[in-house]
Amino acid sequence: MAADKVATMHDAVATLVRDGDSVSIEGFTHLICFAAGHEIIRQGRRDLTLCRLTPDVIYDQMVAAGVARKLVFSWVGNPGVGSLHAIRRRIEHEDPAPLEIEEYSHFGMVCRYVAGAANLPFFPIRSYYESDIPSVNQNIRPMRSPFDDGTEVYVVPPLQPDVAIVHAQRADASGDAQIWGLLGCQKEAAFAAKRVIVVCEELVEESVIRRDPNRTAIPGVVVDAVVEEPFACHPSFAQGYYDRDNAFYLKWDEIARESDTLQAWLDEWVLGTSNHGEYVEMMGAAHWDGLRPEPALSGEVDYGRYA
Amino acid sequence: MSDAATAPELGYSKSEIMIAASARQLVSVTNCFVGVGLPNIVCNLAQRTVSPDLQLVYESGVFGARPERLPLSIGDPTLATGATAITSMFELFAYYLQAGLIDAAFLGAAQIDRFGNINTTVIGAYANPKVRLPGSGGACEIAINARQVMVIMRQGTRSFVDRIDFRTSPGHSGDPAHDAARGWWGSGPTSVVTDLGTYAFDDATGEMTLRTVHPGVSVEQVRESMGWEPRVAEDLGETAAPSDEELRLIREELDPLGVYTK
Repeated sequence: MAADKVATMHDAVATLVRDGDSVSIEGFTHLICFAAGHEIIRQGRRDLTLCRLTPDVIYDQMVAAGVARKLVFSWVGNPGVGSLHAIRRRIEHEDPAPLEIEEYSHFGMVCRYVAGAANLPFFPIRSYYESDIPSVNQNIRPMRSPFDDGTEVYVVPPLQPDVAIVHAQRADASGDAQIWGLLGCQKEAAFAAKRVIVVCEELVEESVIRRDPNRTAIPGVVVDAVVEEPFACHPSFAQGYYDRDNAFYLKWDEIARESDTLQAWLDEWVLGTSNHGEYVEMMGAAHWDGLRPEPALSGEVDYGRYA
Repeated sequence: MSDAATAPELGYSKSEIMIAASARQLVSVTNCFVGVGLPNIVCNLAQRTVSPDLQLVYESGVFGARPERLPLSIGDPTLATGATAITSMFELFAYYLQAGLIDAAFLGAAQIDRFGNINTTVIGAYANPKVRLPGSGGACEIAINARQVMVIMRQGTRSFVDRIDFRTSPGHSGDPAHDAARGWWGSGPTSVVTDLGTYAFDDATGEMTLRTVHPGVSVEQVRESMGWEPRVAEDLGETAAPSDEELRLIREELDPLGVYTK
């Protein structure tokens, strides 16, 4: 019988996310677990190193709330909208405090997770040639192939965050998680991290997972806690469950322009709620109905039964 | 002054001619890596006009997207539904882009120089930036590994500069022999389309060369909107205005809310 790792978001964060940790809440525009970021803010974690390809609105919120000392990233913006103002204030004006940064390109960050997941000391890629990025990040280094052609590549070091928090559409109680739609780096981040929290829209029976094993991105063997938290990715999206709330991404641009309005938003929606369920309730049923897509089923494949 | 109001007698906006001129460059391109913002609508327009078999590739891990609505960003659920393939980001960058499968890519830029070097990282000094921009995203590896790189951006003295503040994505070096020896799939941008005209890069020098000016735009205006004295093609022409069908597609199907074209 597989271990039952089901926990509340409160308990998963309380047990697995510690002050000073490096934390990856991954998901490339899709399946970004905002609810976990909000819980980290509620619990007042400090001095975190936040890692993500695209810091997105969730890291803007976390940086504004004072949980982070450092950001590791490859594209720091509000996707499709513009800037992340709280992060820019920290970088451009040290307002209210400096923020250390370490930046890569997307492929560099992806391969840092791949090296971390595969237990490799570095990963070679054909990027960064004649770019200024390696001059501001000593972790990106040129290397000659040891084989005959001596091709020059750039190498990046492994990223093994203390904690990865990855969202999935569904998971079972032992943490076997299935994802469809944009896959991002959910799998690589989970395999690379020392501790893993899987958050899902729906907790399902193990038999549901076993019916379609090709869809399993993360096996429970690398997972420490499983949290069922519907709408946890808002304003990001969960394919087949709810759409990206683009109006919110646009609204965030206004909210975050001034630290007063940003803090007021955090006070109301994060610190003023005791869990994500209350946030969902405050948003109202009509809001969630408006984000629900029409179905588009995949059809089924026949795995065959070989008894 | 609104974009559309700058040229009311022409019946289209500067953004619309940028989009149409860029989309026409995708004729005979099979796979195109699509960036955030304007490239999104350019590639979706090309798929409906000059290049119906165009495979739209998104760094979010989508190959062969058939979006039913204009994607709101490069990661939008409409890109996943109905796509040819969804891959991990590692596969997309490694097996598709790095392996040389991508024919063309669009990049935007905050600053560009005469050789097509692109800055999307900072304005000012890196350690003490005046403006912190988003950074590379996938642009650095796209500039190196896509076979053709097309740039689409608005032109002005602050964006077309003699010296960029930070080289995020490499362009031409100014030494074509060096560029040819790089061994990259691509080697500097192949074209730039702005709100004033279109540019190619000179074979002998790798330098950006004005090929066409948009209707109603003078070479003098172009000169005043850049930080160096531009090379101008001997056979300088005029950009073809957007056709009625291109305008209909942009306004009615692709961007009815004017997100990209206002």
